Amino acid sequence: MGRWGRRGLPRRAGRSDWREMDFALSEEQELLQETVRGFVEKECPAALARQIFDGERGPAVKLWSGLAEIGIAGLAIPEKLGGAGLALLELALVSEELGRGVVPVPFLGHVLASLALAQGGSDAQQARWLPELASGEALGAITFGDIAPHAGDADVLVFARADGSLALAERGAFRSEPIASNDRGRPLSRVAVAAGAGDPLPGASLARVRDAALILLAADAFGAAHRLIRMTVEYSKTRQQFGQPIAHFQALKHQLANMAVEVDPTRGLWWYAAHVYDTEPERAERAAALAKAHVTDRAQQAARDAVECHGGIGFTWECDVQLWFKRILFDRQWLGTPEQHRERIAQMSGW
Amino acid sequence: MDLRFGPEYEELRQRVRAFCRQTWPAPGASDRERAIAWRKQALAAGFLSRTVPKTYGGGGFAPDVLAEAVIRQEFEAAGVPYRASAQGTHMLVPTLLECGSEAQRQVYIAKTLTGELNWCQGYSEPGSGSDLASLKSSARLDGDEWVINGQKIWTSNATVADMMFGLFRTEPAAPKHAGISYLLVDMRAPGVDVRPLRMMQGGEDFCEVFLNDVRIPTANIVGRRGEGWNVSRATLKHERMLIGDSQGARTMFAALVELAQRTQRGGQPASRDPAVRQRLAEIEGYLATQEYAAARMLTAIAKNRDASVAAEMLTAKLAATNLGQLLAKLAMDLLGERGLEEPGPGEADMGIRQFTEGRWVSQYMMSLSTAIAGGASNIQRNIIGERLLGLPRDQRPPGH
Repeated sequence: MGRWGRRGLPRRAGRSDWREMDFALSEEQELLQETVRGFVEKECPAALARQIFDGERGPAVKLWSGLAEIGIAGLAIPEKLGGAGLALLELALVSEELGRGVVPVPFLGHVLASLALAQGGSDAQQARWLPELASGEALGAITFGDIAPHAGDADVLVFARADGSLALAERGAFRSEPIASNDRGRPLSRVAVAAGAGDPLPGASLARVRDAALILLAADAFGAAHRLIRMTVEYSKTRQQFGQPIAHFQALKHQLANMAVEVDPTRGLWWYAAHVYDTEPERAERAAALAKAHVTDRAQQAARDAVECHGGIGFTWECDVQLWFKRILFDRQWLGTPEQHRERIAQMSGW
Repeated sequence: MDLRFGPEYEELRQRVRAFCRQTWPAPGASDRERAIAWRKQALAAGFLSRTVPKTYGGGGFAPDVLAEAVIRQEFEAAGVPYRASAQGTHMLVPTLLECGSEAQRQVYIAKTLTGELNWCQGYSEPGSGSDLASLKSSARLDGDEWVINGQKIWTSNATVADMMFGLFRTEPAAPKHAGISYLLVDMRAPGVDVRPLRMMQGGEDFCEVFLNDVRIPTANIVGRRGEGWNVSRATLKHERMLIGDSQGARTMFAALVELAQRTQRGGQPASRDPAVRQRLAEIEGYLATQEYAAARMLTAIAKNRDASVAAEMLTAKLAATNLGQLLAKLAMDLLGERGLEEPGPGEADMGIRQFTEGRWVSQYMMSLSTAIAGGASNIQRNIIGERLLGLPRDQRPPGH
């Protein structure tokens, strides 16, 4: 169905002339990002994210079908199988926008499962699953251990076997037990596939799919932290103490500036990781580890600072800051903490 | 987006490498002469100051982030003197290109690029640091000359500079920002007195400059009378970009890794210590952030889309300062008691490239200077808060 393609968006461009090499998004990539941002602003205001966070299922389903409707579910699925045939960079740009709006949809597991199938599924597996995943009729989920976000509703689960190979299990072939999750927008389940069950993905690489996950988590954390800093700025302009908005106090201004200097320039770090993932896979493992470690760590600290800047209201359940805080917490904690990835970087560097 | 070093860049790399082999060391009686002779060849070959128009001695090329990175890497590896004084090439030249007269560009730019003309920056004064616009050094028109009186301080390179670009109060009755002009001063003119200041690490790179009835031609003004503040903002922007240039930090990081590998702790290299590995990897996160932010900035500026990288531009200086300090602090921790020893005379200079133990001790102190020079870190935080985040300006007394 190739929704992006169908709406006249050119497919991913081939290598350009070397004089034009650059580190910027193409017009198509910018348009994609603006479209998703517009969708999120209109369809998923903080109040709606909050409703879903508090357990309402109806709006969550509607939100995901809306995103599938504009082609997000099949963004990185080949065109001939109904997707848009785009790459990880485009997925990361979408991830940034979903993080910015703490959009509580199963994007992460769905697109990673789709990516694993597109990279390493047999023709038969791809033909069975990718068209339905691209349209959003089927929902995918992924686990690299025994927990997975949004696995409860999944039709197909990609999972890692003990030998490190990837396989898939259809609904019914895996069990999922909900876990009370900090990030209620992306609730986790403990999943288990019966011994010997599941269908191996012959060409898929666990490491390669995991690197994609790390990059999407970094992009999500960046978007969330970037927005949370701006929300905190807006709050500081309205909150009055000592007869004036607290935004006038230099202590707060400097704290906010420190948050921005830690988070804002990191955009290029995950851009680069996504870019080499698509173009120079041999560089991707290190770049993905660096992006995941650095961006999610900086984002988490900014989220902690944002709570502090808000004062007492900041650590209440009713204040929206917690939605962003927990979104970033998920991005930081899932699939290896910054410390673990830094040790991997040290090993890859031969230090 | 495309950042691959394709075959064309490898070809460029080979050309630069061969060029360095053929041209360095260049002939000359002194380091300075050799450096100038070499830079002339590198400029002619289009490898240096690539984006400065050809008329003024540059390469006349459109910016190309990758080509510049390849060239810098090869220059660094070959140890060629490609960095002329940064005040000249990275601050004065861009300012003249933006605000200078045609005659000023013709007279100054080419010789500045070769290093024949050395510059220092006359901005700060004893009473005017972060509040620079309160500066008092004055220039008064007398016939066809400006007569300058006052004192500048923290002036790097003043002992070797041929010229100073500086800010002087020419309209004493005007509001403070509107009363300043940007003037070019011959450092050998009668009445210029340079006194080096010793820094905490022992080096003498910066100075006080006393100006007593110093006379310069009226043509030595850049921009119009009273517009010096805006002209200087153009320069400061470039100074921040310069500090955000990450090649130096990458070189220093490689030296830091090497220090960790040659430092023994508990019978093995310190680079095997998990705590050290964590810190190195965290520093590399900041370093890579700076490199890709720089790549984004250069691309955006080349496409006249500066606004899209406002965040990177406004945070570059503070981020680079923070990174430099992380590097130096880890080095000091690796040195342990060796860090108790005062750096030797040669190790206290800013420009030295060899990362001896003493150089790291010096760097531990010198890394504080970037938190002060070119807009102090707390001023940067104000700028980030106000211009990037849209927070209200600090409340200042009327007229400030």
